Amino acid sequence: MVSPQGKRRIEISPVTRVEGHGKVTIHLDEDNRVTQARLHIVEFRGFERFIQGRPFWEMPVAVQRLCGICPVSHHLCAAKAVDHIVGGENLTPTAEKMRRLMHYGQMFQSHSLHFFHLASPDLLFGFDADPATRNVVGIIRSNKPLAYQAIMMRKFGQEVIRATAGKKIHGTGAIPGGINKNLSVAERDALLAELETMKKWSREAVELARRYTLDNLEEVGRFASFDSSYMSIIRSDGAMDLYNGGLRAIDRDGKTIFDHVPNERYLDYIAEGVRDWSYMKFPFFTSIGEEDGWYRVGPLARVNACDFIDTPGAEAARKEFKSLTGGKPNHMTMAYHWARMIEVLHSIEAIEKLLADPDLQGTDLVASGPRRREGVGIIEAPRGTLFHHYRVGDDDLVTMCNLIVSTTSNNEAMNRSVRRVAEDCLSGAAEITEGMLNRIEVAIRAYDPCLSCATHALGRMPLIAELVSADGRVIDRKVKES
Amino acid sequence: MSDRFTITVDGREIPAAPGQTILAAAQASGIYIPRLCHMDGIEPVGACRVCTVRANGRVVAACTQPATASMVVQSQTDELVSWRRQLVEMLFVEGNHFCMFCEKSGSCELQGLAYRLGIAAPRYESIWPRREVDASHPDIILDRNRCILCGRCERTSRDLDGKHVFGFVGRGIHKRLAVNARARLADTGADVTDLAIGACPVGAILRKNRAYRTPVGDRPFDREPIGAPVETRAELTINGGPAS
Ligand code: SF4
Ligand code: FES
Repeated sequence: MVSPQGKRRIEISPVTRVEGHGKVTIHLDEDNRVTQARLHIVEFRGFERFIQGRPFWEMPVAVQRLCGICPVSHHLCAAKAVDHIVGGENLTPTAEKMRRLMHYGQMFQSHSLHFFHLASPDLLFGFDADPATRNVVGIIRSNKPLAYQAIMMRKFGQEVIRATAGKKIHGTGAIPGGINKNLSVAERDALLAELETMKKWSREAVELARRYTLDNLEEVGRFASFDSSYMSIIRSDGAMDLYNGGLRAIDRDGKTIFDHVPNERYLDYIAEGVRDWSYMKFPFFTSIGEEDGWYRVGPLARVNACDFIDTPGAEAARKEFKSLTGGKPNHMTMAYHWARMIEVLHSIEAIEKLLADPDLQGTDLVASGPRRREGVGIIEAPRGTLFHHYRVGDDDLVTMCNLIVSTTSNNEAMNRSVRRVAEDCLSGAAEITEGMLNRIEVAIRAYDPCLSCATHALGRMPLIAELVSADGRVIDRKVKES
Repeated sequence: MSDRFTITVDGREIPAAPGQTILAAAQASGIYIPRLCHMDGIEPVGACRVCTVRANGRVVAACTQPATASMVVQSQTDELVSWRRQLVEMLFVEGNHFCMFCEKSGSCELQGLAYRLGIAAPRYESIWPRREVDASHPDIILDRNRCILCGRCERTSRDLDGKHVFGFVGRGIHKRLAVNARARLADTGADVTDLAIGACPVGAILRKNRAYRTPVGDRPFDREPIGAPVETRAELTINGGPAS
């Protein structure tokens, strides 16, 4: 790539061994001021082509191959889409509750993994701590109980998935119009035995994230932060709903942009922009336009957008979260972590409610109705709103598939966070410092981007940073394994 | 039954009757000889060679070779097991098999045999042939990507359904499953209740939208390996899978 005239360019490149990779480039002017910062992610679109010509009922199982990190979210989202094809979107109570249980299990294990393995070293040791200790091994050395909790919480979430999908990864639970199994009493009781412990640890995790935010408010408040709009699905009464609901978008002041948009109408409200420098698209609200219509998704968006959470512990935590910003949306990028832990607590409380529900032992598993040629499924995946959209011919084979993954929705926001960090760290300096690298990594990590999902690359981010002068010479280079 | 006699299979003496194949005699005594192109109830043709055994030292297909008095049969030798393994591996690489999301997973005889034979990953390179999917029929889907050309559908349609829905075109590596119509399954007399639809050992002929109805863990070969029903309750079985 040719540098813009008279500008220096710093490149930070995640190195991966599979197709697709990300890269950060930071453009400087002659005075080493940041003019531009970009996160490049190579989007893997092969899948949409691959599944064309395949029967629609394969989608929920086949799409799990899209992502090694949140296959369950793709599984459920594709199932929600093909429910419409078989006219079975009004699920039986057993099917809906089994799917929800699976989904909360996925949310619980994914968020736990992210927080304890990836984020907590940043939070507990500080951004500038030696990378040799600022990692999960450091957590294990310095805080054994926390490391143990992380493993056990992840395991619990995986057991929920196994009990609902048949396997910990790449199960088959959700089928068009329903589910293929109920929850046996033995499976239920095995999960119940762990429940109180999981709730306790979830409350402690919320407290850890809250304390971190409040104790470091000055830094957290500005780090990689900026005002933005937010989007998530929402229950009809305004409650947080991670599994089902219409689309809600709010602006930076919390005012409604659109609300309760039926899933099948998403294309009337969201479009995807393209930019010549990135393979990954830039979704935006059509009513606002490409320039200013970008938004954020994920835990921060959901906690900002909902009116309440229908489980007590998470609702109390949400109120505290909202009080910090006087009821207005919280725009702190690092508050993603706090919001994520509120969702961990919500998920375990929702699991508790479900396990007490005898519908899970029901035997009416599949619904059907009039056949349709098109189906849209939208779900709140751990990383944010996920869209699956299929069109199917009369012969049942898929003719069109459109996916918008969470990380794509956060594309613009991640770019802005990188730019914000670059401005804070780099201006006036012509070299790549360890602190700058760390901070860029921490900022991107707050979004928990699923590079795997968007790019088919692994979810790891070793970084290479290159400082390139205006004439294209590499004048500084740093490598960071992670 | 004065004309009955005995043979030995892997050192075990078992009864057999004139005209009975080695495979059938073994099965009746609870000995499972792997097979793919053969299934109970239709004429054996000896196409896949997975049932290869040595009978009195000679290499034969157990599904077609009649047992004879005092015949000495070897089946579970290192040599024969290794041949079977190679045959099964070749079937995998000659088609487009994605077990990880194939709806036949857990009840597929090809996959079941691969597990039984201890095949983790094929050592040959996949050919990735271009094959057609025929979804024209309202209730049946034909996915040639997974067809292993065993001919069970052809024989079942002809001999049991009396229909001649299926056949083959081309030779060698270009051989393909064909339907008895200009082009599409929808234009044949195929019906979802035909026995031929259930005769396919792999996921090449399937009822539409019945996929993944059985949870992982409850599928036939999750519960026990292919062939186990023959070994544990011979009289109940059809083709190494559970009778049902
Ligand atoms: S479709 Fe099935 S039964 Fe027919 S030849 Fe192919 S593999 Fe055998
Ligand atoms: S089963 Fe005997 S040759 Fe195929």
